[in-house]
Amino acid sequence: MATLILEQTLNGLQFGLMLFLLAAGLTLVFGIMDLINLAHGSLYMIGAYLVAAVVRATGSFALAVLVAILGTAAIGILLEVTVLRRLYTRDHLSQVLATFALLLICNEVVRLVFGSQPVMLSMPNGLAGPVQLLPGFYYPAFRLAVIGVGLAVAVLLYLLVGRTRAGMWVRAGASNREMAAAMGIDVKLLFTAVFGVGAALCAVAGAMLGPILAVQVGMGESILILAFVVIVIGGIGSIRGALVGALLVGMVDTVGRAFVPTLLRSFLSPAVASGVGPALASIAIYVLMAAVLFWRPQGLFPARA
Amino acid sequence: MRNRLAIGVLLLLIAFPLAAKHWDQLFYVSFASRILIYALAASSLNLILGYGGMVSFGHAAFLGTGAYTVAILMDEGVSSAWVSWPLAFFVSALFALVIGAVSLRTRGVYFIMITLAFAQMAYYLFISLRAYGGEDGLNLATRSRVGFGLDLASDLTFYYVVLALAAACLYLMQRLLNARFGQVVQAIRDNETRMEAIGFPTYRYKLICFALAGGAAGLAGALLANQNGFVSPNLLQWTQSGTLMIMVILGGVGYLYGGVLGAVVFLVLEEALSAYTVHWQLGLGLALLAIVLYARQGLAGLLADAVAGRR
Repeated sequence: MATLILEQTLNGLQFGLMLFLLAAGLTLVFGIMDLINLAHGSLYMIGAYLVAAVVRATGSFALAVLVAILGTAAIGILLEVTVLRRLYTRDHLSQVLATFALLLICNEVVRLVFGSQPVMLSMPNGLAGPVQLLPGFYYPAFRLAVIGVGLAVAVLLYLLVGRTRAGMWVRAGASNREMAAAMGIDVKLLFTAVFGVGAALCAVAGAMLGPILAVQVGMGESILILAFVVIVIGGIGSIRGALVGALLVGMVDTVGRAFVPTLLRSFLSPAVASGVGPALASIAIYVLMAAVLFWRPQGLFPARA
Repeated sequence: MRNRLAIGVLLLLIAFPLAAKHWDQLFYVSFASRILIYALAASSLNLILGYGGMVSFGHAAFLGTGAYTVAILMDEGVSSAWVSWPLAFFVSALFALVIGAVSLRTRGVYFIMITLAFAQMAYYLFISLRAYGGEDGLNLATRSRVGFGLDLASDLTFYYVVLALAAACLYLMQRLLNARFGQVVQAIRDNETRMEAIGFPTYRYKLICFALAGGAAGLAGALLANQNGFVSPNLLQWTQSGTLMIMVILGGVGYLYGGVLGAVVFLVLEEALSAYTVHWQLGLGLALLAIVLYARQGLAGLLADAVAGRR
């Protein structure tokens, strides 16, 4: 029982950190450029597909991740320069629709290139086995690696945003875009760079989650909704909020799915418990988000003054 | 002039299935019913989105709730349309009232997110209803019974019933928008602060508008359940809400027939393009992108401009 709890906690941590990678890019784009980007999940999907394709071509996972990061960042920057730039001044509805259109386009293009069937992406050979963390408790090495990568990226982002000049520009832009532009920050370049970094983060998340979840068209949609929930809970424009929100959502989702059905089974009939349990677990995050929106609409760590 | 055009189109729609039957192309009658049902759903979204200024990303939840009401009632033995269809309207309207009561306390992007969240909750709720099919969905034993010797199993009869309901709802929507209530809602869309300052209880107006739109979507859902003979939780997915929004934007936000036009164009395009290629969504995405970037007012807007330009 204790190992189960420990395992699920680690799973929740792993999922939460990957959500953080997606949410960080999303919240920066939303916070600085005031752009709701529904195509963010598509960048994650593209990243995963690039990793799968390069692994199939060369067999090297590390090389695949590198190529995916650069490739997705390039595609993201291309999207930003061509389409998204025109949306900064538009209202949120137009942004939602335009990025939804991009989502459809990306899905179909990926389907054209790779087909509708899910693509196999296996874990790198070095990390395929279990690791003994405690006596009698084994945990997949790859998932540990994912946690490691997630933590490393979180630290990197913290250093980048909190300790560099560029990071200062990012925070200024998130806090007050017009003032930042008035103070002389090259806003256009900043926007493009932020978007590129966000896309790169998506690629890392795609590379890490690809072997665990399936690499298929539409994989972006399910995780995109969770990412939006995360940034709403955490506070738009705040990376710290994204981290806290992501860990919260990741934990609630994973632990909820693992334990709510068993919990319910103790005082409901098994048939009802197995039906209601997963639903309750899935609903839990949305209830959390609705509660945060109701009582603290700016989120837990609002970036805007 | 616009009313004459509308009456002309209505007469065309009445005559069309008879012509289809004459040439033995009854598939198109069923297709037309589908278009009319989505036209009703899109118009209900247009009411809150175009005329109310409330960008709801969870409208599919009301569509699905109406559909499931009919399906569940039929599963329990109640197949009379006179019971299940009004009930579908009221259950969806009530659902919309509850969701709206919470959501309308937020603005802007938060409203979008919270309506999305509620729709997702409804989606997972219906998946969890194992007794009514859960993830696999629920079949309807027959189409609803209307009495009067009419059998809805006949596509022709069903089409006329759908046409009558859709036309009635659109007419009511037009009357509502031109009445005081509709004028207030549109004024709130234009400038809510001003309306509050004047003294209107804006929250109440928006909530009632939201509930009415939810009810209308529920009615469309009831018809959709009959049309397909099947309901599934996929009706409540957020991508379905997105599809409805696309229809409204395509047709023209804030134009009375925007929803209708959008549904027609979307479904006809889907049917026509998917005959050529399985990747028709690519064309749809590009078209939608073009419209959002360059033709903000949708097709109805372009048409209105063209008509105005000609004058």
